[in-house]
Parts: sequence; structure tokens; C-alpha cells
Amino acid sequence: MVSELLDPSLYETLFPEGVTRYAVGGLFVGLGVVVIYLGTGIIAGASTFLESTLSYVSTQTRFQRYRFDRDWRVVFVLGIVLGGVIYAVGWQGGAFVTEVQWWRLLVGGFLVGVGTRIGKGCTSGHGVCGVGSASKTSIVGVVTFLAVAVGTAQLVMALGVMP
Amino acid sequence: MTGPDSHANSPLFLLVVLAGGVLFGFGLGFSHMVRPEVVLNFLQFSDLGLLFVMFGAAVVTGVTFAVVPRLGATAPLTGANYGRRLKSFDTNVVVGGAIFGVGWGLSGICPGAAYASLGVGNVPIIWALVGMFAGAYLQGRWRSYRAEAPEVAAGAD
Repeated sequence: MVSELLDPSLYETLFPEGVTRYAVGGLFVGLGVVVIYLGTGIIAGASTFLESTLSYVSTQTRFQRYRFDRDWRVVFVLGIVLGGVIYAVGWQGGAFVTEVQWWRLLVGGFLVGVGTRIGKGCTSGHGVCGVGSASKTSIVGVVTFLAVAVGTAQLVMALGVMP
Repeated sequence: MTGPDSHANSPLFLLVVLAGGVLFGFGLGFSHMVRPEVVLNFLQFSDLGLLFVMFGAAVVTGVTFAVVPRLGATAPLTGANYGRRLKSFDTNVVVGGAIFGVGWGLSGICPGAAYASLGVGNVPIIWALVGMFAGAYLQGRWRSYRAEAPEVAAGAD
């Protein structure tokens, strides 16, 4: 396995952009979670913000249970947006604009919004925080959404939907 | 997790949350996970580098969550005990995870990356954010309704 990974052509096939960008980015993501954890004891995932923010405008019990969390979660997300701005200004050299079609973003986003709240977590909540906690629930969640996402993306590609 | 009597609105608390968010969002930008194309390339096996984002981050959190709770300290800004993120398992985890997977595989974007994507100037990601809020709202409405009318929900099952 290791010797195969050391083979330059295979490495080039699996990681055409190298791994440094991804690993360094991942370390920063983890560091962000750790800073909040060390200061507050809170393990913050990204998707609770969706429901906690809805508590400002909806009286549904499902959202109101997050009302004591909602202010700092807005600040957390403003920080995430600001982090993206800093990257774009300092490293990216201008804006990145996706070419993925709007209906894929809208419909996919809708399913992400439903799924993450029913499934108790998203890529950061289950993937980074839950896996980091060695939570069996989160590992099952990650394996499930990763496998289904791979299948979906492969199907979409096979159907010729581009981009 | 934080109650009405917590320190959740003190300036220092919010500053730490903001700083953590900035690092988190910068990492998502730096890793290119904010680009749906990169996520779709990963899911379609043409560039597996994204594995290093999730696992790189999970190694950092994993070491922290394993070591810090054993030090016997409490969080300076809230007095909370240090714990781990452990959620109960039920079929919702699999059902929700599968729905999330279809959405992620179709759009190439997840919640944290969508917020950061807005930051890198990706205006069309607003479509995904609108979808996420709509999806979170509809499931919340439905679950609030079920919780308040259990006899109807039992019939609906």
C-alpha cells in the first residue's frame, strides 16, 4: 500500500493537485474548532446555525430550543465568512465563482439542509468534531453520507450533467 | 449547551468564537473545499485530496478531545467541563445522513463550506444557502408538528 502510494504516477492520478493544500486547510479547520473548545468547552459544528438562526423568525419549538445559542452561532458564521474573505484577498487573488448550475446548488442545498438536521450533523459536526470524538454515531453518519454522496455524484456524472 | 445564565454574550467569549470561525473559514478556503467543483472531483474520484481536509482536521480535534478532558480543568470563559461530541444513535442518523449525501453529491457543497464560499466571493452559493435554510425550516416544521401532535404522527407512520 505504502509502496504503491509512493509510485509517482499513481500519486499523480490520485492527487493531481498534491496534498499540501488539503492537509494545511484541514489543520486550520481543526484549529478553529480547538480554539473555541479550549476557550468555551463548546464543540461547534456548522449546521446548527441553520436552525438556531431560524429561531429569530419562527416560533417553532424545534428552532426555539436553540435560542440561547443563536447569537454566538451568528458570530461563528460571520467568522467563517471572514476567514473566506481573508483567503480570497491574501491567497486566491480575487473572487472564485462556481460554474455548477444554480438548480444543483438549490436542490442539493435543500437536501443538505434537511439531512444534516435529521441526521444530527454535517461534514464538520460529524466529520471533524464527531470523528475527533471517536463517536460511533458520527462514524456511521460519515460513512453513510460519504457513500451516498459518492454514488450520487457518480450518477450525476454518468447522466452527463455538467458542470 | 449554553444556557441563559451563561457567559455566552461576553465580549471575550464572542471574540474567541469569531477567531475560531476565522480559522475554520480560512482553512475551508485554503483547502479549496469551498469550491463545489473540487468536492465533486473528490466524489467522482478524480482528486482524492479532500480526504486530507476531513482527516487532517479530525486528527487535530481528536488529539485535543482526547487529552484536554483529562487535565481536569474547566473552560475559562464558561466554566464548562471539557467533553467530547457524543450523540445517541438511531435510524435518523442513517436516514438523515443519506439525504445529506444525496444533497452533497448533487451540489458539491456542505454548510460550513457554503458560508466560507460566500467569503471567497462565490455569489451563486446563495442558491445553496437558500436551499439549506428552506430544508432546515421544513424539517423543523414537520418535527415540531409531530412532537406537538403525537397521535396524528402515530397515524402518519
